[in-house]
Amino acid sequence: MINERITPQAGKAASKQIDKQIGDDFITVEGLGKTFSENRMFGSSGSAVRAVDGASFTVRRGETLALVGESGCGKSTLGRLLLRLIEASEGEVTVDGTKLMELSTGDMRNMRAKMQMIFQDPYGSLSPRRSISQIISEPLEVFGMVQSSRQRRERVAELLSQVGLSPTFMDRYPRQFSGGQRQRIGIARAISVNPQFIVADEPVSALDVSVQAQIVNLMQDLQQSRGFSYLFIAHDLSVVRHIADRVAVMYLGRIVEIGPKARIYNAPSHPYTQALLSAVPEPDPETRRARIILKGDVPNPANVPKGCSFHTRCPIAQDICRVERPKLAETEQEHLAACHFAKPMPIPVA
Amino acid sequence: MTEAPVLVHAQPTAAAIRPLLKVEKLSVEFGPKASPIRVVNGVSFEVDAGGSVGIVGESGSGKSITSLAVMGLIPSPPGRIVEGRVEFEGTNLLELQKSRLPDIRGRDIAMIFQEPMSSLNPVMTIGDQIGEAIKLHEKMSREQRRERIVELLKLVGIPNPEGRLGAYPHQFSGGMRQRVMIAMAVACNPKLLIADEPTTALDVTIQAQVLELMHKVRRTLNTSILLISHDLGVIADVCERVVVMYAGRVVEEADVKSIFRTPSHPYTRGLLQSIPRLNDERTRLYQIPGSVPLAGTVKKGCPFVARCPDRIGRCAEEMPPMFAVSKSQRAACWVTAGAAAAASLGINEGATA
Amino acid sequence: MSTVIQPSSLSPDVDNTIAPEPGFRAALMHMIFGRKSTVFALAVMLIFIVVAVLAPWISPYDPLAQSFLSINKPPSAAHWLGTDQFGRDVLSRMIHGSRNSLLFGLISPALAAIFGTALGVTAGYFGGAVDRVISRLIDLLLAFPELLLAIMIAAVLGGAFWNIIAVITVAFIPGFARVARASTLAVKQEPYVEAAVAVGLRTPTIIIRHIIPNIAAPIVVLMTLWVASAIRLEASLSFLGIGTRAPNPSWGNIIRDGLNNLFGSPWPIIAAGFAITCVVLSFNLFGDAVRDVLDPETAE
Repeated sequence: MINERITPQAGKAASKQIDKQIGDDFITVEGLGKTFSENRMFGSSGSAVRAVDGASFTVRRGETLALVGESGCGKSTLGRLLLRLIEASEGEVTVDGTKLMELSTGDMRNMRAKMQMIFQDPYGSLSPRRSISQIISEPLEVFGMVQSSRQRRERVAELLSQVGLSPTFMDRYPRQFSGGQRQRIGIARAISVNPQFIVADEPVSALDVSVQAQIVNLMQDLQQSRGFSYLFIAHDLSVVRHIADRVAVMYLGRIVEIGPKARIYNAPSHPYTQALLSAVPEPDPETRRARIILKGDVPNPANVPKGCSFHTRCPIAQDICRVERPKLAETEQEHLAACHFAKPMPIPVA
Repeated sequence: MTEAPVLVHAQPTAAAIRPLLKVEKLSVEFGPKASPIRVVNGVSFEVDAGGSVGIVGESGSGKSITSLAVMGLIPSPPGRIVEGRVEFEGTNLLELQKSRLPDIRGRDIAMIFQEPMSSLNPVMTIGDQIGEAIKLHEKMSREQRRERIVELLKLVGIPNPEGRLGAYPHQFSGGMRQRVMIAMAVACNPKLLIADEPTTALDVTIQAQVLELMHKVRRTLNTSILLISHDLGVIADVCERVVVMYAGRVVEEADVKSIFRTPSHPYTRGLLQSIPRLNDERTRLYQIPGSVPLAGTVKKGCPFVARCPDRIGRCAEEMPPMFAVSKSQRAACWVTAGAAAAASLGINEGATA
Repeated sequence: MSTVIQPSSLSPDVDNTIAPEPGFRAALMHMIFGRKSTVFALAVMLIFIVVAVLAPWISPYDPLAQSFLSINKPPSAAHWLGTDQFGRDVLSRMIHGSRNSLLFGLISPALAAIFGTALGVTAGYFGGAVDRVISRLIDLLLAFPELLLAIMIAAVLGGAFWNIIAVITVAFIPGFARVARASTLAVKQEPYVEAAVAVGLRTPTIIIRHIIPNIAAPIVVLMTLWVASAIRLEASLSFLGIGTRAPNPSWGNIIRDGLNNLFGSPWPIIAAGFAITCVVLSFNLFGDAVRDVLDPETAE
């Protein structure tokens, strides 16, 4: 054992190439919106918050669409609207030809075999009183995919090893596991029914840096072997860079820019995206990005500014921005931005 | 004033300049005395006057407990400092009488926390809260104090400071509250500002504003900064020296360039490789296998041994001391130490051959 | 003791070091024998329950047999707790009375817990109009002092055994419903409940699997506290003459009868009062221990 050296796995892991098959549109979202009204007891006169406003986009088979934005921008709400965990106020979601909003509660429940979710909070999203095998096999039971308890345990063992956990843990309880391990369990639960689409709501933001990389890689490996699509909701633009195929940027409930990853990172067109990218502190003391420091804070979502909702903080705002709300318009193929003065601009590195 | 040289303590000529803060072999334990859990284990580092030092580590690394210990804020019980010294301008804070600690805390050493909402009193106006901090440590007339508060709010970039004196914390956003916290912290021109994850709860665009503000505070007040963070990006932005902690121990300490250019502890290397970067095209990230050991489970040897790609037999048996890798860089690793020794040997051999 | 499973291999794709298993049996043993007060409480409860079950065989006399030759006797070798104003053996009446008191004490809180939890969970989980109707109903019941409510119903229906049970149950439902509703509202916010919806579980399954087990701790604690209250309430009702009918004994009417004759002989009151205190205290202590075990956060 003395002087035994273990070869670093880094080289092998990093050189593993991701070779994705991206197919046709699997999910089409059209004009999806959600208004939360407060004080429903006294009629609808209370303040209404437009959490999501007119979201339209598609998710293709096998692709990862990342939804980024700051807290309160409505990205998590939008993810839940897609799964009908929150009922939408307007708009339509079409999954594989089925219109979700028209489905009855029972039919919607059956659709959930195709659409699963991974949650942000690795501590809260696993029921503390249920064993790992009970947690993971729950969806399998719902959709009648296991008949006997032996079959159930076999499936759970298989799933646990697929997410990098020992099958011997299946009778343990969540409290014994670390954050990263719990997230692996949550992933095993989501993939147990072979879904075609997974909404991942900030799946790594509660994890430590070294564990974050493990989970991001695991999610990519699983996508590669099983071919499902992700809607990857995140606020960390660096993580998104590694996992996304396309990126949608949200601000105050609206999608302000959407496009292929390379375009969003190398030629962001919306001033908000530009500011967001420039604000990320680079883990390198010698490359300092020219930071665009935005003025002030995000306005109250209950009182969205008229015109372009970003005009109060925008460094290039003109008169027209205060009056007219810009529509999402194509700047280049598949790259859309909602800005009157949209102009692709790489983030300069000082 | 010009910025203090990075490596004052290593140069005999500059020995006259004592470090502002010197932490030596600090150990903190939690839990019952019979079966204590050691969460900070023999931590030593220094902060020079005018310098900025970052402590980086993941959850469970003991970085926050270390900063609380410096402030004398370890909740006791269940926690206690079992050994070590915390010297501030030559006085050991741990031996200081309890009654004298508040004099230093708040005036000479100030602290800002991660959660700006819970650190402010919701039923007191912003003006009164900042005023209280001044009143405790400095004698001033009412008018003078008011002026000082307005000046502070201006410094931290609160628009219309005169008008906001009577506002309550809930009327401010998260970013604004963190600015108020910073104003309170620097109200008495502290010599050292300890910031524990000051931007973790904030959005990126707001984080950028607060980091900018910390630079400004340093420039204008010449305050030394001890920044605790898990975010290497924030550390790289603010700090001149970096202390890397893992499982309660310091595993590497160096100037910021060396940490990022030539990390010498396998953990630091792994950490740097595993962070996703904005300007990086890789689709797969490097990953450190396994997870951080639970507090108190590492009985002997290097705490990183189970996850280390470079481990040798000795690592599981003996905790390596800090070896000097270069003039401004030290790491606690047998392999690095061996390599450094071999390299110097190699040079000698080369010379003789 | 604290065995940490070491990673079997150094592959970056597995993460197999987990915390040692606390184990439910160990936790149970710890709960029972970890604290002296819990051991004491369990012992007291056990003694009372054994006595109640074995009442006909262990009581030295017939609890209803009167004897004019021995009225108001102080404790003696023949009558350990003395006799009352009809010459009945107090110990025998206490032993038989424990059956009534404990039955009331156990059945009504259990029934109230079942109905109250059902109402509270329904209100809390579904919210909206359902919640408003149930909450107003509960408020209405709460507005009456429980004793007054019990007296009212007992006066209307009469004091038969099941009537008294029903009375105490109804009086206790609002308390359970409130706690259940508040806990449900909190648990409903937990991500694992949303996860259960996302997984495709039906609402009844979600409630039974994910809500009720996680609100059980406060309900069980409340139940143990109210075992004590039920015994007290039964005693009060009997004391007022609408509980257990004379000449049948219960601890409540032993006190009532004793009060009429306080200066003749204080022994019945002392004995019954002591018994009630012991049972109430031991159930409360037991409730604390149960709470500590059921709460996953405090169970280490």
